[in-house]
Amino acid sequence: MAKSTEYGSTYTLPFEQPIVELQKQITIFEQKPDAAEFAEEIESLKKNRDQLLEKIYRNLSPWDIVRVARHPQRPQTSDYIEMMCRDFCELHGDRHFGDDPAMITGFGRIGPHKVMIIGHQKGKTTQEKITCHFGCAHPEGYRKALLKMKLAEKFGLPIVTFIDTPGAYPGLKAEERGQAAAIAVNLLEMSRLKTPIVCVVIGEGGSGGALGIGVGDRTAMLKYSWYSVISPEGCAAILWKKADEQTNLQAAEALKLTAVDNLANGLIDDVIAEPSTGAHRDPQATAKQMEHWIVDRIRELKRFKPQTLVQKRYERLRNIGEVALAATPTQH
Amino acid sequence: MTQTPSPHPIDTSELKPIHAKKGVPEGLWIRCGKCAAMLFRKAVENNLWVCTKCQHHFRVSGQQRVKQLVDKDSFEPFNTTMAPVDPLGFVDLKGYPERIAAAQKKTGQNDAVQTGMAYIKGRKVILACMDFTFLGGSMGSVVGEKITQAIEQAGENNLPMVIVCSSGGARMMESGFSLMQMAKVSAALARFDDQDGLFISVLTDPTTGGVTASFAMLGDVILAEPKALIGFAGPRVIEQTIRQELPEGFQRAEFLLECGFIDRLVHRKELRTEISRIIDYAGK
Ligand SMILES: [Zn+2]
Repeated sequence: MAKSTEYGSTYTLPFEQPIVELQKQITIFEQKPDAAEFAEEIESLKKNRDQLLEKIYRNLSPWDIVRVARHPQRPQTSDYIEMMCRDFCELHGDRHFGDDPAMITGFGRIGPHKVMIIGHQKGKTTQEKITCHFGCAHPEGYRKALLKMKLAEKFGLPIVTFIDTPGAYPGLKAEERGQAAAIAVNLLEMSRLKTPIVCVVIGEGGSGGALGIGVGDRTAMLKYSWYSVISPEGCAAILWKKADEQTNLQAAEALKLTAVDNLANGLIDDVIAEPSTGAHRDPQATAKQMEHWIVDRIRELKRFKPQTLVQKRYERLRNIGEVALAATPTQH
Repeated sequence: MTQTPSPHPIDTSELKPIHAKKGVPEGLWIRCGKCAAMLFRKAVENNLWVCTKCQHHFRVSGQQRVKQLVDKDSFEPFNTTMAPVDPLGFVDLKGYPERIAAAQKKTGQNDAVQTGMAYIKGRKVILACMDFTFLGGSMGSVVGEKITQAIEQAGENNLPMVIVCSSGGARMMESGFSLMQMAKVSAALARFDDQDGLFISVLTDPTTGGVTASFAMLGDVILAEPKALIGFAGPRVIEQTIRQELPEGFQRAEFLLECGFIDRLVHRKELRTEISRIIDYAGK
């Protein structure tokens, strides 16, 4: 699946440093006028590089995984729409305040299904990143998402959401316009929409901002994404009193935010495989895996009557939580 | 899990005991953290823990809140033994079990919410009162589960649901489990709404984070105590994001009223009356 013979990335994550030296040597050989003479050396160096990279990715810490999830070349909602969706028809605006570019919404076809696509967008260029607030949606983004989801419900279209946000935007205007209320209403309404909802965390699943488009019938995470109640840095700053390399690592571990951990804790249904060295090295292969998952899940969910679907969605949420019984009752 | 009765039913961090002169027991006089007035403790208590000089609303525990709101001795609690576990083996500078044990010892509570059936001015309600003194009123599995069960009770018995919020948000130490409680409680409220249930949300100081972004803002009617801090992100986080100081009164109840997110500001003394009035209007 992975194009493992290509280095495939121009941005080096800290833990990828060991391969930088190997890559340099390869480049030197390749740029020689008589490069053909060194074909064997080049081949052998490439093999070493790829094996080393695979080995590094097999042993990523949770904090490293957060870094992969934030890789600047990691595919975003717009990329996946382009790769897996035929005839995408973008719909704008919340009909109330504005059109938040940090939330992309629209009709599209994925495999045999006509669907409504909802997804966070971080932005590709510097300018886009700024207008998208790096994937942090404002209340109008969440309201736009809900409006389009209700449209999908009306016409019986399943909903596909792509989650990729560090968190909902924490700013003055966002508070004034009711960030909390916007997310809250989405949680309530998504729980009772009478149409299938499938959610995929494609990068960052930061807290309420992620959950605001994340209540559904099936949830999956890409292998190198994270999903948690707070970012590792936020958690470290509060509980360790400082966010640095060491405490971020500890917080990332403690939060059990990886796809594998979330699956083990029963908080998601599936982990979608990525190329072994990250989605950014082969977006097409990632899109293909994800498309399979989405198409299959929607086919499965379409079999249920809308009422049954909502009932099952409730039961799924209803069962989440771990409690015990104490020997002593609470005082009152 | 051992517990001792709480010697401090209120969050004393806001109230500073005046060091006693000869013969006066410590804590008999307290100083208002807001207007600095010296207040007779008993008088403040009789005033529902509102400053008798400046009307500043001090934080009260869930236990205290229940007492203030319900008709005398009418509270029948639910799930009194439901207690937190450590599903993730969470360790920061301390282990989560240690933090739980310390909070239980300090408050006499198993977790950060009291739920039950009660009467408010003769009207039967299902009530949930959050407790900021227990790990900042944070919502983990117990808070989510108790509130969800309470909402389901309200739905089954066609009773009004009243939730008094006071929370710093979701509980980090239960990570994904805490996050999903937001969805769980909101889903229970969706069903309750489908049953035409009446949900009165009362926001008190402070109501922030994942609690605000779920049930707190989902009330059919949303009431708030004066000057209560209510918001999604914490003020410090916002200041860091926008790199400027926040305006005076930002994220206070009055500000939210102005922005259109709450229905009424209510003095603590009026809460019982206001809640019963709304129940009557809704015909519940
Ligand atoms: Zn005062």
